[in-house]
Amino acid sequence: MARLIRMDRSGHTTLAEWTAADEQAVEAAVAAFREQLDAGYYAVVTEGEGRARQVDELPLDADLVILRRPIAGG
Amino acid sequence: MSAAALPETAAVYWRPRVDERRLARRGRLWTLTTVAHTVPYIAASGVLLWLEPLSAPVVFALLAHAWVIPELYAKRGANVLRRRPRAGAGPERTALGLLGDLVGHEARELHARTGLVLERGALGVWLVGEAGAVLVRPGARRVHCWCVHVEDTSLPSADRIAHLLLALRTDEAGFATVANLAFSGSRRRVRRRLHPRLRPALDAAGAAAR
Repeated sequence: MARLIRMDRSGHTTLAEWTAADEQAVEAAVAAFREQLDAGYYAVVTEGEGRARQVDELPLDADLVILRRPIAGG
Repeated sequence: MSAAALPETAAVYWRPRVDERRLARRGRLWTLTTVAHTVPYIAASGVLLWLEPLSAPVVFALLAHAWVIPELYAKRGANVLRRRPRAGAGPERTALGLLGDLVGHEARELHARTGLVLERGALGVWLVGEAGAVLVRPGARRVHCWCVHVEDTSLPSADRIAHLLLALRTDEAGFATVANLAFSGSRRRVRRRLHPRLRPALDAAGAAAR
């Protein structure tokens, strides 16, 4: 089962879980994903050791999508 | 690491994107600046001593300045890896689990010992901390110390590292562009100023960069 998680003060929170076959779960995950992006989070999918990709649409085939806050220098 | 640009680079649009050539040039500039800060004190102390041997106390003060200024810079570099206040035990444990999933066994073990994550990149070997990162350049002689943090102080320490790690993996050059350079210079000078607990991480990064 794929997961959408947000790194936050609790460590992380699972916002949605879905399988490609479950349309309702996918819809809920897409809605949660969009809401978090609108709130200023960035979504990242890890792609093996040392690689990650930022995504603007929920990749339904990913196992894990992580939401992170912006970083800044200083 | 991925080729897509880090979105945070838009916030520092005036900065040229870091690449191999710019990084080397910044390193040379930093060394030049350190020399420019040090040489006048050494020269002045030599001249003073030649003119008036009784000025030895002043000469001593000048030489102390020549020594302390580069050391302060190195200290600033080492400080980017300083640990920050912990969150509660529960959140820290949860965040640690996620960070552990993101890195390999070796990096996980190093993090358990030092609180830092080692990450190999195209520009060198990175040590990622909670509010900064050190890039050990190939050859392991020079390091670049960067101040960079996630804009949420309530996060557990492992999550702060995970934020930086994911950004670094998304776009290494963009990460170095967004971050503020706090120091560039000898790895050994930074090592001397690091907390002893953190030194094995820099040693490991040095070994990986050779």
